[in-house]
Amino acid sequence: MAQPAQAVHGGKTGSAWWVEPYLTVLALGLFGLYSIWLVFFQHTGQFHNYLSPFFSPTQSWGIKVLPALWVLWVPLLFRATCYYYRKEIYRGFFHDPMACGIPESRRKFYFGETRFPFIWTNLHRWFWYLALVVLVFLWIDAIRAFIFPNGFGVGLGSIIMLVNVVLLTLYSLSCHAFRHLVGGGSTRFSCADGSPTTRYKLWRTVSDLNQRHGLFAWISMFSVWFTDVYIRMLIYGVIHPVRFF
Amino acid sequence: MAEEITLSVFRGDRSGGREQEYKIPAMTGMVVLDALHYIQAHQAPDLAVRWNCKAAHCGSCSAEINGSAKLLCKTRVDDYENEVIHVRPMHTFPVIKDLVTDVSWNYEKLRQIPAFQPAINAPFTLQQRDVDRLQEFRRCIECFLCQNICHVLRDHDAKDAYWGPRMMIRISELQMHPLDTADRLDLLKGAAGIGYCNITKCCTVVCPQGINITENGIIPMKESVADKYFDPLGGLVRKMHK
Ligand code: SF4
Ligand code: SF4
Ligand code: FES
Ligand code: FES
Repeated sequence: MAQPAQAVHGGKTGSAWWVEPYLTVLALGLFGLYSIWLVFFQHTGQFHNYLSPFFSPTQSWGIKVLPALWVLWVPLLFRATCYYYRKEIYRGFFHDPMACGIPESRRKFYFGETRFPFIWTNLHRWFWYLALVVLVFLWIDAIRAFIFPNGFGVGLGSIIMLVNVVLLTLYSLSCHAFRHLVGGGSTRFSCADGSPTTRYKLWRTVSDLNQRHGLFAWISMFSVWFTDVYIRMLIYGVIHPVRFF
Repeated sequence: MAEEITLSVFRGDRSGGREQEYKIPAMTGMVVLDALHYIQAHQAPDLAVRWNCKAAHCGSCSAEINGSAKLLCKTRVDDYENEVIHVRPMHTFPVIKDLVTDVSWNYEKLRQIPAFQPAINAPFTLQQRDVDRLQEFRRCIECFLCQNICHVLRDHDAKDAYWGPRMMIRISELQMHPLDTADRLDLLKGAAGIGYCNITKCCTVVCPQGINITENGIIPMKESVADKYFDPLGGLVRKMHK
């Protein structure tokens, strides 16, 4: 390193560059702890026709695992290998770097995503495929949330579950791997007659969604969390279900 | 605006140096490069600063202003009202003198990227939509601010393992060209070291040309590498649909 001394500030003097990484650690840390608590101490997420996204699907086809663990690993690995979360995790948990221009303490032994464990992030698309399967079940659950013993109805839980699955769909469809899959991997966007290819149109749509991928990542995580908290409070009788009609 | 502004400018060379303070009169619309020119003209004629266009076009005047990687000619002094403006050379590259760094490593790496190999000889006609993606990368002015801020090069000094974001978008530009026939994926995964990038996005944040280096360049290239090395089946299907 030839330059004599490292600059001391990370951005404009006084900028609060440390807020984002700490908030990330707080939010993801609490979400992680909550998930662990669910896995080990909660055995159901069902309240009548409402089902917590952590416990869906309920059918385990004879495979014996803790109910929440049965599916939880899919969204967890899907999110852990997501390009957006990777940025937040490397910044927040590994300080690699904490913020732009902030000096890192460990100068050696950085291998990025070239070796175990982070080389596994290359498998993100596989978790995307699996997450899509889970998403199908969550849509079925959301529809079921509108079917009460006396027929179609709308409860607060139905709306929460619907909003949640819409947000999860937006998160999944704005994925970078999906953007690549639908068209990004192609180099030709025009047909012989000069008109746009279908892949181009799809790629454009997914690219527009993709610009908000980080936003969808956060709000869908909080909506999953909130949906479980709501249903769990119903299960424990802390609150009563609200029916609109 | 304050009548007088204070700049603390790095003075030194490869063997060392320190910041030195200069007080100069403020002028309306002044950019940091103007302030440095004022210092050169009136107080320190031997102050070294590289510049050419003073219009954010040539990419010569990259430096670090109050810790942020910026173009000296594109940064207004009134952004730092009531603050001392610290100006330092780019951290990642060896200092030649004062604010001038040796960025020749970048040109060496650029030369090592296999050039455009068209399937047919020019002239050829392409649809605009087929080159939109490439043209975003063509906006690069080679200021190397992205290379400077990339923590792989800056903190880990891994220039032997990773070529940096500028090279990643140069490779993206060629790989995404509809007529290009060369394959640079082995290079990307191997010597150019795309795996070292952990998509923490500082390159995109500092790019004065607003190029979306990570989302539009590095991530698609990481996905292309994954097609070839981590998803042979999917990659094959995609190849058939190319
Ligand atoms: S996103 Fe990658 S290339 Fe860009 S600064 Fe971060 S590590 Fe470097
Ligand atoms: S990509 Fe942007 S920051 Fe990097 S060299 Fe080009 S113009 Fe500069
Ligand atoms: S990149 Fe975030 S889900 Fe795929
Ligand atoms: S002098 Fe040309 S970019 Fe600043």
